[in-house]
Amino acid sequence: MEHIVIIGSGLAGYTLARELRKLDKAVPLIIITADDGRYYSKPLLSNALAQGKTADQLAGAFAPVMAEQLNAEVLAFSRVEEIDPVARSVRVAQRVIAYSKLVLALGADPVRPQLAGNAADSVLSVNDLMDYARFRERMAGARRVTILGGGLIGCEFANDLSHAGHQVDIVHPALHPLDRLLPEAAAQDLQRGLAGVGVTWHLGHTATAVNHAAAGYAVTLDDGVIIAADAVLAAIGLRPRVTLAQAAGIRAARGIQVNRLLETSAAGVYALGDCAEVAGHVLPYVMPLMAQARALAATLAGTPTEVVYPAMPVMVKTPACPVAVATVAEGLAGSWQVACGEEGVCALYQDDQQGLLGFALTGKQAGQRQALAKRLPALMP
Amino acid sequence: MKVWTCVVCGFIYDEAAGLPEEGIAPGTRWQDIPEGWACPDCGVAKADFEMVAV
Repeated sequence: MEHIVIIGSGLAGYTLARELRKLDKAVPLIIITADDGRYYSKPLLSNALAQGKTADQLAGAFAPVMAEQLNAEVLAFSRVEEIDPVARSVRVAQRVIAYSKLVLALGADPVRPQLAGNAADSVLSVNDLMDYARFRERMAGARRVTILGGGLIGCEFANDLSHAGHQVDIVHPALHPLDRLLPEAAAQDLQRGLAGVGVTWHLGHTATAVNHAAAGYAVTLDDGVIIAADAVLAAIGLRPRVTLAQAAGIRAARGIQVNRLLETSAAGVYALGDCAEVAGHVLPYVMPLMAQARALAATLAGTPTEVVYPAMPVMVKTPACPVAVATVAEGLAGSWQVACGEEGVCALYQDDQQGLLGFALTGKQAGQRQALAKRLPALMP
Repeated sequence: MKVWTCVVCGFIYDEAAGLPEEGIAPGTRWQDIPEGWACPDCGVAKADFEMVAV
């Protein structure tokens, strides 16, 4: 008989379960999670501090309630140790659970910085609700916070911590924040916006060591500069969780590789969300995840459905300088047309026929992201 | 007039401002937005994730 097992209770796992239940109320469903199985939305973790939100206030239903709502068995605090794609089963502690369809919604791990020093292990990262609870506790007594990484998550945390009254330093190896997503003018605007709310930038440098100091920590940079901090937060990127799949012989590169039906290289095994590399795309954002969940739910319910990606602008939650960015699909040639003004930066990436291929908007200009997105080509039609 | 925020991504919907570029006129109340509407930033359907008042 058909029975579906989902590994992971993050936004990907639970959204898929919810979409599946709209189409099939009866198929037996087991959700296995290493966490407590409480529902929450990860994107909200990076701007919750200034709003005074506790982990409890951010969270939704507990595992038993989720189980009831989804007509599923939710196994919390249960780490899958092994997948056997031939026998079609997974092993959790002493229990072997059979599946006919298995879905990997494993998420991603924060990249840990390579640091020397006797306090390198004290560097925090916030990747799930339980991390957030610990982070919030630590921030209660911290005045000065150093953030390693000036990408999307680092900038969001910097703005949030600054609003919450902390003194923030950001260390970022490139000469501008968000350098992988933004053209220079837009990145500079974000840099100025965050500086305007009190953030101190250390651009073009990396941290080499974190040591205990008389009070708090000493963060040493590659040019010898030492930053005094009461807490250090790493936000240098995400790495899709691939080891469980790889150990089972399932193909993975940057993420667990799936086709547009979200099938892995093993029969009956699917992947979605931050752990998945979908037809070459690794996009750890909510909108692609929602598109994947809807398509996969239909497939699991018996109608094979390929995932379709429209243009999907990403909003960076930095109220000091809001940013909306639609990255350019690979292989599309064009050039940036940049206009700057009181209202922010409007940078349009256009082909030689003036066709819009991507954009980066800051400040008030970010408000036209939806209108502009309608003019973009689909990322994966 | 109320201000609402998406429970998944934090998108703000201000009833007073509406979303003219989405065809939602200023002054449109949350309950008057069609059930098939989705959050423009994250794609979550209105029917699945109630917005909460700020």
